[in-house]
Amino acid sequence: MAGPSDIAPRAPLTARVNQALRRVPAWTLYIVGAGWGGWLFWLAATGGLGVEPIEALEHRYGELALQLMVAGLAVTPLRQHLGLNLMPFRRAIGVLCIFYVVAHFLVWAVLDVQRVAAIWADIVERPYVTIGMAAFLMLIPLGLTSNDWAVRRLGGLRWRKLHRLVYPAAVLGALHYVWLAKGFQVEPLVYLLAILGLLALRIRRGRARVAG
Amino acid sequence: GAGLIGGAAQAQGALEPNSWEEITTYNNYYEFGTRKEDPARNAHTLTTSPWEIVIDGMVDNPGTYSFEEIVAGQTIEERIYRFRCVEAWSMVIPWNGFELADLLERVGVQDGARYVAFETALRPDEMPGVRLPVLDWPYREGLRLDEAMHPLTIMATGIYGETIPNQNGAPIRLVVPWKYGFKSIKSIVRITLTDEQPHATWNATQPDEYGFYSNVNPNVNHPRWSQATERRIGGGLFASRQDTLMFNGYEAEVAALYEGMDLAEFF
Repeated sequence: MAGPSDIAPRAPLTARVNQALRRVPAWTLYIVGAGWGGWLFWLAATGGLGVEPIEALEHRYGELALQLMVAGLAVTPLRQHLGLNLMPFRRAIGVLCIFYVVAHFLVWAVLDVQRVAAIWADIVERPYVTIGMAAFLMLIPLGLTSNDWAVRRLGGLRWRKLHRLVYPAAVLGALHYVWLAKGFQVEPLVYLLAILGLLALRIRRGRARVAG
Repeated sequence: GAGLIGGAAQAQGALEPNSWEEITTYNNYYEFGTRKEDPARNAHTLTTSPWEIVIDGMVDNPGTYSFEEIVAGQTIEERIYRFRCVEAWSMVIPWNGFELADLLERVGVQDGARYVAFETALRPDEMPGVRLPVLDWPYREGLRLDEAMHPLTIMATGIYGETIPNQNGAPIRLVVPWKYGFKSIKSIVRITLTDEQPHATWNATQPDEYGFYSNVNPNVNHPRWSQATERRIGGGLFASRQDTLMFNGYEAEVAALYEGMDLAEFF
């Protein structure tokens, strides 16, 4: 089992990954992320997402938003527990998450429900839509303040406080998915558990800090 | 010939059937997965021949019947029906099948029987979806006897003149066109005549959301979404919703079955 690593000490894996990541500019994430959304739209318009493209596109955008939410919430724990530094990409991950929430909302409102009265009725009368909308509204100020100017303007402390809104928004977003599923389905629960798990890591850390 | 087809189309209210691809790639059949594309991908593992159906309960001739015995002597006809899912999408499907009433008459329904219960096959080796408790397997459904005996109620064995694909409920399934799609139970292995309202899977899972009757009704909303309109599959990304019809457009034929019943209470 003797390999090169037993002989020559090397930098730990995370350090090498961090070093490689430093060479990736964050803007590439915006290009890839938004481009992927456009590609999905093109697929939906041309039959590439199956025979019912409206539902398919709506769900794909929604799932992407949740995946990016999980990724965004994982940035801090990954750094603290594994030393992996994704901090330079956190803003791009968050902005893309909101981008997909907006896309998900627009497909739902414009292509799916189609009628203003029906959109309003859904928001007011159907709890899973209500909480989805609530999550969306919470994310709007976060999207608007995801730039250097807003951070300077608000000051670090207030900016951080405001951006804690991402925690309830994430939980509501996951519940939105769990609630709309028919029967006992695993996938929505995986997102919910992932998000709750990532939030739990923060609570423990907070307590440890107070105790220390 | 062409004249006959024209006449039939007129009689059906000029319903334009969905394509074979649409009908066979967009399915709800949770035994093979919960995504619409899962059944088309996974259902090929289902062994549909040999196939047996147990017919029991309050019948004169109970027993285990082979698929061949069930269809022997039945007149297979084409029925172009609207199909409305409880999820507010719809298709038009050219089924091939025979009236359930003909089968029930052959096995002899006893006096006192008031309901018909149905059960789908449960085969963990062939159905990847049943390894998870998405629903309380096996899938079960039921009809009131007069609904089951109605001439619109058929047992389907084909689509577009072809053997019914596994993802659509091979080798034999129920089709009740004025009810939400989940009532039209697939891949039937048991039919039981009974005097009690049978267990129905979705109804038992969430009684406030899925009624035993589950007749298509644009005026009674599902608690989580409106049933007033539907999305017809096949219109693409920019298709308009269309209004959902009372009893899915079969009001003239079936409304009498529910005379005097409050359809909001018995939804």
